[in-house]
Amino acid sequence: MLTDVPWVSALVGGGLIGLSATLLLGFNGRIAGISGMVNGVLTGAAGERWRWLFLLGMVIGGALYEYGWASEGTPRGEFAPWMMMVGGFLVGFGTRLGNGCTSGHGVCGLGRLSLRSLVAVLVFMATAIATVGMMRHVLGL
Amino acid sequence: MKENLQNVIVVLSGILFGFGLGLSQMIDRDRVLGFLDLMGDWDPTLVFVLGGAVGVTLITFRFILPRPHPFLAERFELPTRRDIDGRLLMGAAIFGIGWGIAGYCPGPGIVALVLGLANPVIFMGALIGGSLACRWYLKQGRN
Repeated sequence: MLTDVPWVSALVGGGLIGLSATLLLGFNGRIAGISGMVNGVLTGAAGERWRWLFLLGMVIGGALYEYGWASEGTPRGEFAPWMMMVGGFLVGFGTRLGNGCTSGHGVCGLGRLSLRSLVAVLVFMATAIATVGMMRHVLGL
Repeated sequence: MKENLQNVIVVLSGILFGFGLGLSQMIDRDRVLGFLDLMGDWDPTLVFVLGGAVGVTLITFRFILPRPHPFLAERFELPTRRDIDGRLLMGAAIFGIGWGIAGYCPGPGIVALVLGLANPVIFMGALIGGSLACRWYLKQGRN
């Protein structure tokens, strides 16, 4: 199948993410920013119920892909508890401090032509690339 | 009625988002780390994910944002800040470091929970911890 070609499935998958952000903004006037959704549900406020629904939809969509569509399951990878703990903590801290992640600043912010988001995307791409370079090629992790 | 329709849109767009993250292999952390590994054996596949997603929003948002209001709501709820301050830069920098260490950003971290692996569970737990720590830190600054 054509979607078994990695760059085709990446492009189509990206297009679906863009379509999702389009629907949410066009119909409900909301930004599809995932770190904002997580921060919203953590407040537990009544007005945040829709964010739970979105996160639930994401899990359903992911399960439909993995167990309904994918001809080969997603590779399992290595168990990396320390990287998950340290990386996860920094992702949670940084996305709240910087008000967004790959979706809010990347997919939606760039779509809105927000300079603030463009700067955020350039900064987090740069530090992510530098971090992987440092870990793999300097520290040899 | 309008609220029910809004909820249908929310669930539908959530499903599309989650399916898209799966299809685009963003939930495969080795693939993400390969994309971020510019200094090594670079895997360019994920350029197409951001390209596909931003390619769509760059076009559709041009038609949506000039409208007086969204189809099902009174107004657009958009970020209002336009300034580039130290908090934005520091936050984005910290997020990038975490992304480079874990290989997951928030969306793929959530969707990868369906894989039944320990990694995404630990990642999301730590992410929530980091988010709450930042909330506490920001509260300290206001006192």
